[in-house]
Amino acid sequence: MKRLPLLLLSGLVAVAFAACGGKQPETTPTPTGPNADSLRAAQQAHDDSMKAAQEEADRRAQAEAKRRQEIADSLAAMGRGTEAVKTLLATMIHFDYDKALIRGGDASVLDQKVAILQANSALRIRISGHCDERGSDEYNLALGNRRATAAKQYVVSHGIDASRIETVSYGEERPLAPGHDEESWAQNRRDEFEILSGGENLKQP
Amino acid sequence: MRRLFLGLAVLCVGPTVRPSGAQDTSAIDRGVRIGIVYRPGVRPGMVVLPVHAAALDSVRTIMSRDLDYSDRFELITLPGGDSIRVTTAPTTRPATGGAAAATTLNYPLYQALGADFAVGVTPGPGDSAIVTVHDVAAGGVRREVRARLPALKDPGFRLVVHQLADRVLEAALGVGGTAATRILFVMDGKVYTIDQDGADQKLVSSSDHQAMSPAWAGDGRRFSYMEFWQGHGRLFVQEVASGKRAPVATTGQALDFTPAFSPDGKTLAFSRATEEGTDLYTVNFKDGCCLQRLTVGRFYDNLSPTYSPDGQRIAFVSTRAGLPQIYVMAADGTDPQLFAPFDYGATGSSNAPEWSPDGQTVAFHRDVGGTLQVFVLDVRTRAVRQLTSVGRNEDPTWAPDSRHMAFVSDRSGYRQLWIIDVETGRIRPLLQKSGARLPAWSPRLPETASSTP
Repeated sequence: MKRLPLLLLSGLVAVAFAACGGKQPETTPTPTGPNADSLRAAQQAHDDSMKAAQEEADRRAQAEAKRRQEIADSLAAMGRGTEAVKTLLATMIHFDYDKALIRGGDASVLDQKVAILQANSALRIRISGHCDERGSDEYNLALGNRRATAAKQYVVSHGIDASRIETVSYGEERPLAPGHDEESWAQNRRDEFEILSGGENLKQP
Repeated sequence: MRRLFLGLAVLCVGPTVRPSGAQDTSAIDRGVRIGIVYRPGVRPGMVVLPVHAAALDSVRTIMSRDLDYSDRFELITLPGGDSIRVTTAPTTRPATGGAAAATTLNYPLYQALGADFAVGVTPGPGDSAIVTVHDVAAGGVRREVRARLPALKDPGFRLVVHQLADRVLEAALGVGGTAATRILFVMDGKVYTIDQDGADQKLVSSSDHQAMSPAWAGDGRRFSYMEFWQGHGRLFVQEVASGKRAPVATTGQALDFTPAFSPDGKTLAFSRATEEGTDLYTVNFKDGCCLQRLTVGRFYDNLSPTYSPDGQRIAFVSTRAGLPQIYVMAADGTDPQLFAPFDYGATGSSNAPEWSPDGQTVAFHRDVGGTLQVFVLDVRTRAVRQLTSVGRNEDPTWAPDSRHMAFVSDRSGYRQLWIIDVETGRIRPLLQKSGARLPAWSPRLPETASSTP
């Protein structure tokens, strides 16, 4: 629409020029062909499509990279999950001197272990009871046994099958802290939790 | 006072002395009451005569120490040390051996030095030694003992000398000694044996498993102990002579610990910890059968059995009243009752009982103000007496004379083994090493118990 009057006008100008110029050779209007505008437009279109294609390629590459990253991330996350669960599972609980009662603060530690055991049905663990050096050497075997059993009873009472938990006692034979003061003793009065089997791929509860 | 008492007493035994050939003359004394009996605070003087044969020097040294450690004599050092030989030379009748020669001892002179007995060691024919026990007050030879002496480097040498020392004690005072005994103990998770005089320490447990609670059989030829096996406690019985050991059947599936032989040597009592708690069991360890449960605690623990010497009763630890205390029951598990009295809520935990070989007392340790002390319970009166007060003292074990006791103490700054004479209160360290614990004193060892390969 816009180009038509422009074409008409250029024709009229040519006619007027011929009329004024005497003999007027029969001329045909020069073929207009693609003019600068259209060339520009075509170039523009080409560029546009090239750019779009490039953008598409970039986008796809990015998506691929992102997907790969996500896979890598999720694998790492799985590994981290097993490690995190293992750390959680290995968290020790501690006892008062000559006592085998689960302390209030340690109940939540045992709750975590219940959740882990529920989320990982193949997991089997061993609980070992330990004592500080103050009591009698042989009596401490019985006391450590009470401590391991107390933790097991707690876990079993929260719905875990008893056959998945083994208990042992080492009395005061395997201290963690070597000192002869309350700080060391408090660390040594403990239950340890170790994985017997089914600990390869642990799910977060 | 002492001189008078002893002088009167030895008069009675004078006639039993009979010169004879170089034989063990114990048969002559058999059935004769020895006039001297031990009185606390009155210890007869004893001289161990110098020896002339260099080979017998170590015999004299070991024997002197044994006699000193018996805590029954006042050992007298001769003025001028060993340089003075207060006897005439044994040259008069060498053909008849040492007896005749020894009778030439200058008895009045030794009496003046305060000696009631004198012991001489002389070489006998071959590789034997003759030990002569002189009764100074009676002015004659009380007894002669001959023994074949193994070579000095033979592992059985020391035991033979210890046995000679015990025979000297028996000849002089008519009581059994403790020289020929050893003590088992645990150090760094391994079981060791050591002679009662602190010599000849040897490793006897062979595995890498952590070991605890050694205990002797009544014949001194075997002992038992516990080892941790994958969280379980397994009991073993090991022969002294061969060093061979065998696991006790039915043990090792739970936490089995504190083995104790019955006096007849057929049964092993022990503690077993399961999820039901800790209870006492017995097993016929020879045939590997007949596991019997003696206690059913469920809500309390029963552990650390020790047989009375007649095998009729077992003293043990129970937490039925809360804190662990010493109880007693029939050997089949019936009729359990409190043994060592305590004040509920006031008396501390009591643990590690061991019945004395004479049956009259039970030693144990009890928490006193946050530390442990050794106590003895009089079985007849049920009276309890505190024996120690310096440092932390625990895990007492009786010598076969029911008078000496080994225990763990930190009185020197670190935990190690000590020996106390309950009669006199005299105390000595058994070894100078930190970490030795859970001692078990042997009965008098048979001669074949030597570790000669």
